[in-house]
Amino acid sequence: MTDTRPDPDALLDAIKQDELAARRGRLKIFFGACAGVGKTYAMLSAARVRQQEGCKVLVGVVETHGRKETEAQLHGLEVLPPTRVEYKGRSLAEFDLDCALARQPQLILMDEFAHSNVPGSRHSKRWQDVEELLAAGIDVYTTLNVQHLESLNDVVGQITGIVVRETLPDHVFDQAEEVALVDLPPDELLARLAAGKVYLAQQAERAVKNFFRKGNLLALRELALRRTADRVDAQMRAYRADQSIKPVWHARERLLVCIGHGPGTEKLVRSGKRLAASLDADWIAVFVETPQLQRLPDAQRARIMKGLKLAQELGAETTILGGSELAATLLAYARTRNVSKLVVGKTSAGPLRRLLRRPLLEQLTRQAHDVDVYVVSHEPDQDNAAAQEGFNSLLFGEATRQKQGHGYVAALLACLLTTGLVSLLTPFFDLSNVVMLYLLAVVLIAVRFGRGPGVLASVVSVATFDFFFVPPRLSLSVSDTQYLLTFAVMFAVALIISQLTARLRFEANIATYRERRTRALYDLGRELSAALTANQIIDIAVSRLQPLFNASIVLLTPNSQEQLRAENDSAAQADLGVAQWVYDKQQAAGLGTQTLPSNAMLYLPLKAPMRNRGVLAVLPEQLDQVFLPEQQRLLETCAAQIALALERVHYVEVAQDAIVAMESERLRNSVLSVISHDLRTPLTTLVGLSSLLAEGQVDTAKQADIAQSIQEESLRMNHLVTNLLDMARLQSGVKPNKTWQLLDDVVGSALRACQRNLQGHQLEVALASDLPVLEYDAVLIERVLVNLLENAAKYTPPGSDITLQAQAEGATIRVCVQDDGPGLPAGLEQKLFDKFSRGNNESTTPGVGLGLAICRSIVEAHGGQITASNRQPHGAAFCFTLPVSQMPALPGDEEIQP
Amino acid sequence: MSETPVNLVVIEDEKPIRRFLASALDGDNWVVHEAETGKQGLIEVATRKPDLVILDLGLPDMNGIEVIRQLREWTDLPILVLSARTQETEKVLALDAGADDYLTKPFGVAECMARIRVLLRRRNQGSAAPAQTFCFGPIEVDLVNRTVSKHGSPIHLTPIEYRLLTTLIRNSGKVITHRELLLAVWGPSFSEHNQYLRVYMGHLRQKLEDNPAMPQHILTETGVGYRLLER
Repeated sequence: MTDTRPDPDALLDAIKQDELAARRGRLKIFFGACAGVGKTYAMLSAARVRQQEGCKVLVGVVETHGRKETEAQLHGLEVLPPTRVEYKGRSLAEFDLDCALARQPQLILMDEFAHSNVPGSRHSKRWQDVEELLAAGIDVYTTLNVQHLESLNDVVGQITGIVVRETLPDHVFDQAEEVALVDLPPDELLARLAAGKVYLAQQAERAVKNFFRKGNLLALRELALRRTADRVDAQMRAYRADQSIKPVWHARERLLVCIGHGPGTEKLVRSGKRLAASLDADWIAVFVETPQLQRLPDAQRARIMKGLKLAQELGAETTILGGSELAATLLAYARTRNVSKLVVGKTSAGPLRRLLRRPLLEQLTRQAHDVDVYVVSHEPDQDNAAAQEGFNSLLFGEATRQKQGHGYVAALLACLLTTGLVSLLTPFFDLSNVVMLYLLAVVLIAVRFGRGPGVLASVVSVATFDFFFVPPRLSLSVSDTQYLLTFAVMFAVALIISQLTARLRFEANIATYRERRTRALYDLGRELSAALTANQIIDIAVSRLQPLFNASIVLLTPNSQEQLRAENDSAAQADLGVAQWVYDKQQAAGLGTQTLPSNAMLYLPLKAPMRNRGVLAVLPEQLDQVFLPEQQRLLETCAAQIALALERVHYVEVAQDAIVAMESERLRNSVLSVISHDLRTPLTTLVGLSSLLAEGQVDTAKQADIAQSIQEESLRMNHLVTNLLDMARLQSGVKPNKTWQLLDDVVGSALRACQRNLQGHQLEVALASDLPVLEYDAVLIERVLVNLLENAAKYTPPGSDITLQAQAEGATIRVCVQDDGPGLPAGLEQKLFDKFSRGNNESTTPGVGLGLAICRSIVEAHGGQITASNRQPHGAAFCFTLPVSQMPALPGDEEIQP
Repeated sequence: MSETPVNLVVIEDEKPIRRFLASALDGDNWVVHEAETGKQGLIEVATRKPDLVILDLGLPDMNGIEVIRQLREWTDLPILVLSARTQETEKVLALDAGADDYLTKPFGVAECMARIRVLLRRRNQGSAAPAQTFCFGPIEVDLVNRTVSKHGSPIHLTPIEYRLLTTLIRNSGKVITHRELLLAVWGPSFSEHNQYLRVYMGHLRQKLEDNPAMPQHILTETGVGYRLLER
């Protein structure tokens, strides 16, 4: 059964590719062995055919090199004018990507696929422009010479002796829908060259000498043919897989390329790529970070990073492993990743080192039973001098070197001290025993200050021991030869110990370093999970990442129109245009990337599962703090965490908005129902009564009665409308217009305002005589008093007692309105102050439940508090407080005698 | 009331309110001229030479306060302002601009007539020599000898309290703003020191009113000023 079934993943892949291809433009590459074979000519002829078929063709870039036949082909095709790019004071012509995208041709011609754009263009390479064109659904014809292919770059360099700097990643070549080989036998090419059809005549001769040698041309032609054949082969296999012709499930090969710090790294990576391509295998490039490698000079570390980056560009997965034993770590990783082949570079260790340590290759072959090991040779070592540079690694920077400086001083001091001690002890102990004291000193120094001071200590120890204690004293010569053994052992032991302790320290340092990264991630994750708003997330991210990467961090989040805006002040550094591009395309750009590498900052998209959440811009102070692959992975992880947190907050906000909307909807409904009821009741009465009057059939006594009712109803409506307006005004945040005044003032006017309502009740006013002058808004406080008094009158039976009291209470004045009516429903004392809340909903007493809400808003705006409580044995009490502050002094005044 | 009918100009954009005022002032003694806009009102006032103007503060074409200013440029005839309850600051502005009194909407006929009468009487009194004594409730003020008595027994007032009282008496029946009082009693440099006024008004009430918490004569017009009720 399984024999006939195609690999489901492969099928899925094929479908995906088809889907992608349907939307994308098609890429056709006119591929040639070298310049002059007629690629541009072939491309133009093909384009003319397409144009005759009715296709809209645009010439993006075509380099005719002054060739007449080619220029003739251009005739009749629309050519896109180049844009001018300023670079180092010169204005250079460059392809205008935006203009091309805007014109929306069906087919565009882009000569010289591997061309590097002028710095300052959007992309650093032309193939990236082409990618964007393809993504926009535009077909692209382009030309390419074999020497520009990345994986063949070094081979071509070896053949021709000319290293080409402009290269094209192989995956771009492999993804092209069509590759047309433009072939010309070397003899014909040379003949064309001689006839001046290729280059201009005076250039031709030098070019022939340097490049257009028949040998070269043959080799290049073979390379081009082979590369095309490989592609055809791969297509054939893809076709067969597609048609289930060969439904064999074969385990994919996986290649592991071990990158070292040696000079052949780039070649190793390229060989690895070629091997992987020929085996149709996935490949992984790893670098094992051992304690020894931490001490490498900068140049070699840079070479490692370069190797890893190249591998990444060539399509490899890259990883940095940590471990003390190179071979063991490599093989352990290889087994977990199911690697079948291991590629390593040839090591050039000298015979001495070979004795001390078995070379990697030997270790690998001894330990690797299930993995094939390939060895790649490299050119003779050219930059050994680089290895001699001083120690300066990321871990052991300026501070460490300073510390080592102190260490050397300490080593000398320790030897001096030991010598003093030993001189005191020599009368009592044997010399071979006191030597142990020196060993102790060496160990302590090595533990404390590392290898260098340890070595110094051992050398000085041996010297001082010899000089001061071994007879003849005060001389370096030795009378008794047995001491030579003591010296040798002592020196060796001291060296080994210092080496061991130093290595321990390195490993501890690396562990700390790793721990720090993990810790930083953990902290970031924890803090982000606690953040409630996007601004908090941004603050946390900036404050956490800045020290971690030693870089300025800017976080840009989009607004509702998908336009990015900066959240923190340092945002001015960020280029919003670039950031917007990154946000829209979901691709990293800026420093260290393929897009706009001349920008000072690195822009990373914050990709969350649902969509992009923003852009993280990084302005590094030290490049390696950000661009070490491991740091970069950390940065990416951080970006992912931030994006997740932003997305989480976004959905929390969405949910909250929904709740708020529901709540306000509910409130609006209750307002509408209450108002419609409470406005309609008096209105009905008014309409009824006035129509009664209009009929004119009522006697005079009744007329007065009706008029009275109409007035009362109207006033009640006025009251309701006033309350609603007050509430609206207070909610819109009116500030109290506070002035200095006595409480008596407002009490008097409030009592007068509700004179009518209070008729039939026993009113008692008890204001303390020593009330200070207060600062309040008279209109608003009058409103509070009127509402409280009216409530008291409304909710108590006629004849009840109502008391208005005021007295000073500490730093406040407490005003109470009390009655001896039925009191408040139990448990509702606080809820009464909510909007549209009434003690008894079924009550026929008119009102909407706004009065107390208004009171609370006003009192709180004055910095006071309002409370409701029940009195014993019955009755309600509403009390509010107003703060007392110091009033400005009054001028003096004397009594006059009458 | 004099025998000649009283001329009134009502400047108000709401027709129902104009109609209500016109029917309230219906009778032989009143002639009411209506104006819908501020500009029309200014023309009406200039041509009809009324005894009193009733002016709504919220007009469609111009600010009521601007109307008051323009009127005050050439006439001192009484102006009664109509305004809503929430417009305390506007009321004060209108009064300080020269309006004589105000009515808060909604208002009844009785209230409106009382205000109009006070203003008309004050206008007619304007030329007459001030009386020697002024009485309100049980209080008698001898303005020549500068003495005050309640139920016949003398009351001691400080100079400021006395000045305050006489200012109120001069404007009796109509509202007087805090600022006007401060200017009249303390002078221009104290016009912002509201607390002086409040404190001395409190003293005055303590000395004159039976129950200072429920004053019968010196009334507070909340947010605007004070009013001395005769009676």
